[in-house]
Amino acid sequence: MSDPTFTIATSVDDALAALANGARPIAGGSDLFVGARQGKAPLPESIIAIDRLAELATIEATSAGTRIGAMVNHATLMTDPTVVADFTAIADAAALVGSPATRNVGTIGGNVMNGSPAMDTGAPLVVLGATAHLQSQNGSRNVTLDELWIGPSRTSAAPDELCIGLDIPARPERSGSAYVRLEYRRAMEIAVVGAAAHVALDDSGNLAEVSVALTAVAPTILAVDGLDSLVGQSVDDSTLASVAERASEVATPISDLRASDAYRRHTVGVMARRAVDAAARRAQGEQIAVPVNRALGIGASA
Amino acid sequence: MTHEMNLAVNGTTYPLTVDVSRNLLSVLREEVGLTGTKQGCDDCECGACMVLVDGQPVNSCSYLAVQAGGREVTTIEGLGTADDMHPIQAKMLEAGGVQCGFCTPGMIMSAQALLSDNPNPSGEEIRIGLSGNLCRCTGYQKILQAITEAAVEIR
Ligand SMILES: Cc1cc2nc3c(=O)[nH]c(=O)nc-3n(C[C@H](O)[C@H](O)[C@H](O)COP(=O)(O)OP(=O)(O)OC[C@H]3O[C@@H](n4cnc5c(N)ncnc54)[C@H](O)[C@@H]3O)c2cc1C
Ligand code: FES
Ligand code: FES
Repeated sequence: MSDPTFTIATSVDDALAALANGARPIAGGSDLFVGARQGKAPLPESIIAIDRLAELATIEATSAGTRIGAMVNHATLMTDPTVVADFTAIADAAALVGSPATRNVGTIGGNVMNGSPAMDTGAPLVVLGATAHLQSQNGSRNVTLDELWIGPSRTSAAPDELCIGLDIPARPERSGSAYVRLEYRRAMEIAVVGAAAHVALDDSGNLAEVSVALTAVAPTILAVDGLDSLVGQSVDDSTLASVAERASEVATPISDLRASDAYRRHTVGVMARRAVDAAARRAQGEQIAVPVNRALGIGASA
Repeated sequence: MTHEMNLAVNGTTYPLTVDVSRNLLSVLREEVGLTGTKQGCDDCECGACMVLVDGQPVNSCSYLAVQAGGREVTTIEGLGTADDMHPIQAKMLEAGGVQCGFCTPGMIMSAQALLSDNPNPSGEEIRIGLSGNLCRCTGYQKILQAITEAAVEIR
């Protein structure tokens, strides 16, 4: 294959024009270039670097909530005061990605658009109700993540669409979120399985809203349905047991070198239960440090 | 295709023409001629290739060289010299944090990134800061000790 052409975008318009001409975007390259070096897919013939677009590296309040720019890296996500306070599950996830270098280079836009079912920011974004804001020279649109991810490493975005950012609605009162994952090592490791939860409580401390999404147990991030019957219940052992049971039931994991399908199916239930428990405790005002994995001793030990 | 770029390394700017698909590590070692940065796994696992780009840690084996154009790259050669060592380098020698030395440049660059961001890290924060660097020799304890001592000296 011939060596690619490479251009550095100096504006979003610049990037959109290059995409319309067939170029592929590179943000940090921690999936794109690492994957090419591992032989997963060759480097695209034409590359447009979007990593200097400062306008995509911001976290801003919008009329509908908050937009996290596509170029925001994991290091920022795990420490940004707005993300930590309001979208805590995203901070929990970002803090678990790779190593300090991976978190510096890797972006939320790259994580989402790469479309791996093991991506850590995916399940948090799903439970927080995020949509992806995509833009091309022909206009822009917001897509739900369910519409965006159509299979492992496959998205429904057109080749000329750039992800500008993730739009997350404002948080309800008395709500909390959390992300936990099972891992064999504390660093440089992707999730064996993971789970994110969003919880909102009513005035008496019972569940007003609950949503759960799962990492690495299906071809894409999996939103758990059938939890509506838990609304109105207190967050006690039997509620948490129902969450675990339902998560294990809907999971369709594969067996590979890292875990069998049966092990993944069981442990994703455990992760879902812990995520709901941590999200509910945060909703009650308890301060559980980011990432929950470290604060509560979930996942690999030191 | 080749791409023309200005690569700033340790304060010197090198005008280079490189193949787009090359990684920063090979360009630093073979074009710029700075071989302090090591190639271990060459697959973003071991951290031997760690450099700073605009002050932040990057696995140079897994980063396109052309993406570093116009940015400031710092390698181990930019930290100190044999006669005038950086405190992290000096403490690594003193504490016995160096055995074969292959991981050492990468370890030191990760430590430098950590300490410039957080001059007073806890033991846990040092472990997290070095979590992308593997060492086959030392068992890590002396490296942790060296960095703890270097932090005190730098503060
Ligand atoms: C050692 C190592 C450890 C890792 N650990 C983890 C981990 O623990 N958890 C995890 O989730 N991931 C992990 N990853 C994967 C990776 O780091 C993340 O997915 C990261 O967020 C990708 O971001 P990037 O900017 O580097 O993406 P890139 O590689 O630049 O891009 C990825 C894909 O998305 C496309 N793309 C990027 N930005 C946009 C945009 N704005 N619009 C449209 N398309 C876009 C690219 O064309 C490419 O196809 C790891 C990777 C490595 C090398
Ligand atoms: S050589 Fe780059 S991480 Fe091992
Ligand atoms: S000193 Fe030999 S690998 Fe670390």
